[in-house]
Amino acid sequence: MIPINWYLILGAVLFLVGVLGFFIKRNIIALLLSVEIMLNAVNLTFVAFSSQHGQISGQIFVFFVLVVAAAEAAVGLALVIAMFRNRESLNVDRSNLLKW
Amino acid sequence: MSGVQLLFFFFAAIAVGAAINVLVQKHVLYSALSLIVMLSAVSVLFIFLRADFIAVIQVIVYAGAIMVLFTFVIMLLNLPANEDGVDRLRWLKFIGIPLGLFLLFLIVATLWNVEPLGATRAEMVGSPKAIGTSLFNDYLLPFEATSLLILIALVGAVVFAKKDL
Amino acid sequence: MIEYLTSRDFIILIIKIVVIFGAVMNVVGLLSWVERKVMARVQMRPGPTRVGPFGLLQPLADLLKFLFKEEVIPLQANTLLYIAAPLISLIPAFLTFAVVPFGPSLQVTDLSVGLLFVFALTSLGVYGIAIGGWSSNSKYPLLGAMRSSAQMISYELSLTLSVIGVVLIANTLSLRELVISQNNTWAGFIPRWNIFVQPIAFVVYVVSGVAETNRLPFDLAESEQELVAGWHTEYSSMKFLMFMMAEYANLIAVSSVATILFLGGWNGPMFGPQWLQMVLPIVWFTAKIGLFVFFYVLLRSTIPRFRYDQLMRFGWKVLLPLSLVNIVVTSFVVAIT
Repeated sequence: MIPINWYLILGAVLFLVGVLGFFIKRNIIALLLSVEIMLNAVNLTFVAFSSQHGQISGQIFVFFVLVVAAAEAAVGLALVIAMFRNRESLNVDRSNLLKW
Repeated sequence: MSGVQLLFFFFAAIAVGAAINVLVQKHVLYSALSLIVMLSAVSVLFIFLRADFIAVIQVIVYAGAIMVLFTFVIMLLNLPANEDGVDRLRWLKFIGIPLGLFLLFLIVATLWNVEPLGATRAEMVGSPKAIGTSLFNDYLLPFEATSLLILIALVGAVVFAKKDL
Repeated sequence: MIEYLTSRDFIILIIKIVVIFGAVMNVVGLLSWVERKVMARVQMRPGPTRVGPFGLLQPLADLLKFLFKEEVIPLQANTLLYIAAPLISLIPAFLTFAVVPFGPSLQVTDLSVGLLFVFALTSLGVYGIAIGGWSSNSKYPLLGAMRSSAQMISYELSLTLSVIGVVLIANTLSLRELVISQNNTWAGFIPRWNIFVQPIAFVVYVVSGVAETNRLPFDLAESEQELVAGWHTEYSSMKFLMFMMAEYANLIAVSSVATILFLGGWNGPMFGPQWLQMVLPIVWFTAKIGLFVFFYVLLRSTIPRFRYDQLMRFGWKVLLPLSLVNIVVTSFVVAIT
């Protein structure tokens, strides 16, 4: 039997990898990918708890997180395309016109 | 160490390795492909937790549709691997990784002593029937709201990607 | 764990896997012969006749030719992805047969979400084509791969939605249960197959199946007149063979899921002694798959190719609304009765 802690710790490690990726990477698409890693870690934690308590609501919430991730990825990538069209680069450091 | 635990470690190692590979790769297409591997490994972990419907839905939606979207955009934008421009935030990487490991240590120290919930662990299986019953009876309003959310995302994506707004 | 690995169940599982995998590999080779013969006869020429009786050893000759050809990896190609792309195409195509029930007890595993597993593997098959075209780093493969991926993800929608009517009627997602639910007959002789109950879904599924496997009339991605050979232009010998095997295996997979969902799987009249009754379901299943394969090969020989905008318009504006209407009507009928 696999204790529940192992799943939670794995979720924490994956979440941390996503957070580090979000801080380190400069490419916008890589930032979006790190957000997807974080969402996946959260999904794993939800399903682990849902399996532990025997309630289905954890998996229902995973369902909704999946839908929100899909919508966010679509709009995020459309924004990336618009940004690329304007400044020919996907580096987030280039998008600093609002800095004073 | 029983067979199930060995399998858990194997797929957990694949998931963590693929996630780290997402950070390490220079070219963003390799990062996207590593993410697909990580999503499949996490889907197998869902099957271990007896959430088989969510596992298959994760492969269909996440690895099969969202990542196809990412892959298309990366292939269409077609950038060279190395981004020019000075990397002004090198120091962030040097203090970021130790701080991140400290965060991980805090989280793991909290989660290490989570008590498994006694011996009365309900034999719940994440079958489509259970999810459907709960989704359409208790959670009907969020379900309808997500359809509205997807419509908004669809319109938003079309508007943002147009050439002349 | 060691006692499971040496138990009788595990040995039977391994035997089933070996038998099914071997059968699918052989049928993929045989399918190339069937396709060439039928296409030739439709075009009023004999087809392969020299190698073996009726040209039956032609696939073997093709295999030997592929084995001895030189493997060319273009200089401008991205080597790792170039080598990985045929594998990514091949593995989901063969993995589908892990959940297909060939007979009452010849199924590798019966997942409770078997039908969704098949569609998940179809979604993963898109990557083989996209990566194969992109990693070849040349214009015809890239064009072909982009077109083909867009076509595959568009027709995946109508493919998945069209079978929801069948799932609503049978109330299960497991493929074995779907076959068992079609076991009876009405009025004693009409079998309770889903094709009589869901004709629109059947037509939509068959058409989307053709589009999913990139066959004519939907094979714009590999059309010879326009794109040299589409996404597998730069591939040679064994990798090209793997792409071709993946395409044929996909075809057989789509045909088997179509027979399971709509033609009753391994159900059929049972007669004869006990040993014959054990073999007869497999015979019926194979005959029904053969029917679908023959239909697809005939379709390839006779119908001209769709243009790309016609193809996308057909997928989004005709097939998708049809499958949605089918779901609505079926759920009304199921709710009332």
